[in-house]
Amino acid sequence: MADNLKCSICNKQATVHLTQIVNNKIHKMDLCESCAQKKGVTDPQGFSLADLLSKTAITQQVEDAQLVCPKCGLQTSDFRRTGRLGCATCFEFFAPILRPVLEDIHVGVTHVGKVPLVAVNRQQNYAKLQRLQNSLARAIEEEAYEEAAKYRDQIKLIESNLAEMEATPT
Amino acid sequence: MIEPLIKSDRAELTQSTKKGSPVVLSTRVRLARNLADVPFPERANAAQLSDILSRCAEHICEVKSMKSGIFLDISELETLEKQVLVERHLISRELCENEHGSGVFINKDQTCSVMINEEDHLRIQFLKTGFNLKSIWRQIDHFDSDLELALNVAFSPEFGFLTACPTNLGTGLRASVMMHLPGLVVSDQMERVIRAVNQLGIIVRGLFGEGSDATGHVFQISNQQTLGESETQIIDRLGNVLKTVIDHEINARFKYLEENRAKLLDKIGRAFGVLQNVHNISSNEAMNLLSLIRLAVDFNMLPEETRSDVDRLFIECQPGHIQYAAQAGIEPSGRDIARADKLRKEFRSMPSLNYDHLTDIPQ
Repeated sequence: MADNLKCSICNKQATVHLTQIVNNKIHKMDLCESCAQKKGVTDPQGFSLADLLSKTAITQQVEDAQLVCPKCGLQTSDFRRTGRLGCATCFEFFAPILRPVLEDIHVGVTHVGKVPLVAVNRQQNYAKLQRLQNSLARAIEEEAYEEAAKYRDQIKLIESNLAEMEATPT
Repeated sequence: MIEPLIKSDRAELTQSTKKGSPVVLSTRVRLARNLADVPFPERANAAQLSDILSRCAEHICEVKSMKSGIFLDISELETLEKQVLVERHLISRELCENEHGSGVFINKDQTCSVMINEEDHLRIQFLKTGFNLKSIWRQIDHFDSDLELALNVAFSPEFGFLTACPTNLGTGLRASVMMHLPGLVVSDQMERVIRAVNQLGIIVRGLFGEGSDATGHVFQISNQQTLGESETQIIDRLGNVLKTVIDHEINARFKYLEENRAKLLDKIGRAFGVLQNVHNISSNEAMNLLSLIRLAVDFNMLPEETRSDVDRLFIECQPGHIQYAAQAGIEPSGRDIARADKLRKEFRSMPSLNYDHLTDIPQ
């Protein structure tokens, strides 16, 4: 029965059939002799199907648009090939492709652990600063100078907060 | 450049005065971290890499547990020096391959190391002898929080700490415990154990990680998943699984001793005899014989202090360490002779095996 199955990696006839349960989900995989050897499946010491699945899950993504990260230039095809992301900004752009991959390899898909408070605070301040600067530009354009002065004060406050944060390392 | 590390009389793995524990050699926890505003090392250019290196270096040396530590620029190290650091588990093989803009901080007692520009900008690691996941997590958590005050760490509320490889996303935490499992190996249970823990998202590798084999019956067991569970959940879950593995190992040892007493004692006795008289030995064989001596300590056949000697020799008999100690370039065959000389000398001054207290061990 299983003899007609094709290798998940190279499409040759599969002779090795694996089943592993990760997070109550059954993962099945069929491999030919040489791919099984290459992936270390026959090595009882260091084999994990999840490792293997994380790579094939990425390569087997259904057709999706060629995305490009505006910050580091990583493309969907790079991500598929290497399984790696290029920078922090990539996560915003590749999130739709990334989420199903994470489902396969992790216990959950959202972070429930430690939150770096300073980093988050800093990020929020930068985001706020950006919003205020936009509002300021708009206010000036509309010649609403009273409003603009208000935004300018708020911007100063956040800038001094941020400067303080940068200036007080450990 | 690594001279002070090797000569140090305070190195955790090789100079520990603690008695060590049966089954568990050492425990490690590592965190993967990245800066928010620059590409990950693989996609960063040379200028960015050196900028990352100097920015991180500036702050890492300020963190309390790294004060009076040393910094090593990977591009300035000899191949042999890098190999020695890998054998001490202070840097990874991946880091060795980087040519520019990579470095490592190592603290005084070599319990903490921070690799810069490996797969991620930062790989923080704490390593101690014995089985102590929780206290190591507390220490590394502190270190990480201190560092985070100064460095703008890449974090997303959804994905957690951002890492180059999705397999490290979330906590970026990999906890791994080095275990000595001769009982499970001789009783042919290892494969079953590996399969069972795999299903719980826990992976088993050889002494030097991915792709390495388990000479000396030493295995590295660690969590695979990093996202969807908190750091303490990961550590508790791994800890519970490992406690079960330890119990199975102890049971397997006693069962084997009960059923194959003469065979096992013969193996241990011969190992001891060989180590006292050997003149030419490969690192593989040395590891396997040392493994039997560690087992003898656990069986009360040698004083407990011997255990830390064995653990030290596990490291000092690795090819890089033998070569480094020889000071001059030696051929692999010369290495086997140098290794034998070292072992013979060490084992000459060791107390002899005591077969009388074998039954004293609590079950």
